[in-house]
Amino acid sequence: MMEFVEKRGKSVDEAIKAALDELGVEFEDVEVEVLEEPSKGILGVLGKKSALVRVSVREKPEEKIKETLVAILDSMKLEYRIEKVEYEQGMVRINIVGNDMGLLIGRKGETLNSLQFLLGLIANRGREDKIRVVLDVEDYRLKREESLRSLAIKLSNKVKQTRKSVVMRPMSPQERRIVHTVLQNDPNIVTFSQGEEPNRKVVISLKR
Amino acid sequence: MKDLVELIAKSLVDNPDAVEVTQIEGEKSVIVELKVAPEDMGKVIGKQGKIAKSIRALAKAAAAKEGKRVVVEIIR
Repeated sequence: MMEFVEKRGKSVDEAIKAALDELGVEFEDVEVEVLEEPSKGILGVLGKKSALVRVSVREKPEEKIKETLVAILDSMKLEYRIEKVEYEQGMVRINIVGNDMGLLIGRKGETLNSLQFLLGLIANRGREDKIRVVLDVEDYRLKREESLRSLAIKLSNKVKQTRKSVVMRPMSPQERRIVHTVLQNDPNIVTFSQGEEPNRKVVISLKR
Repeated sequence: MKDLVELIAKSLVDNPDAVEVTQIEGEKSVIVELKVAPEDMGKVIGKQGKIAKSIRALAKAAAAKEGKRVVVEIIR
């Protein structure tokens, strides 16, 4: 159930402010319904009416995602702890730690990627502004991102020396994106992807 | 295993009440049968079976925790 309050005020703004104060939340976290518009009345005396608003607290997307994640991990009977949940710029990042993390990551990260994919689907059901869900385990992804970045730079140097393009191994869209991003500002290099999923590969090439 | 598959399926479909999961337990393996409303089939299979593959990957990890193998079948 959504938590809500109804408040009166001289203006709609004032009524909303009173409601936000009572709920202890920010304007971004609520939905507002104006139940009665204020009216000044005749000569400011007769028929003067205050504004009435209903302010409901929206469930925060990261809270909803965390609840779903907890339910899934519990039913897998894993030993884990959710260490961090961050939400900014349409992206929710969650880091999980614990004893069963090898199992949760799976071969080549297959299990972790599956869980991330499913959570993303569940989180975005019926949403217009899509949220990206990124799951990490003991900063496994963060470390892989770092090694992928340094590999991309190393390969781009090789391309410049040999003047020949390099085709990388097949990678997930997230991984390809990291390579594109790290090399996008290099004036001598272009990157693009070729092939079909799941064998899509990044090509690092000399800019002509 | 049943709980896991049921939870995920119910979170994905439009008709959660139509989700039925049965579990057939063997000594070293588990068979999980998932049934959803016909119009929800796409929601648990996905493009090129990507969703089904993900559900199977999670079930596999949960089964490994119990030292078992699992087969997830989506049935009509």
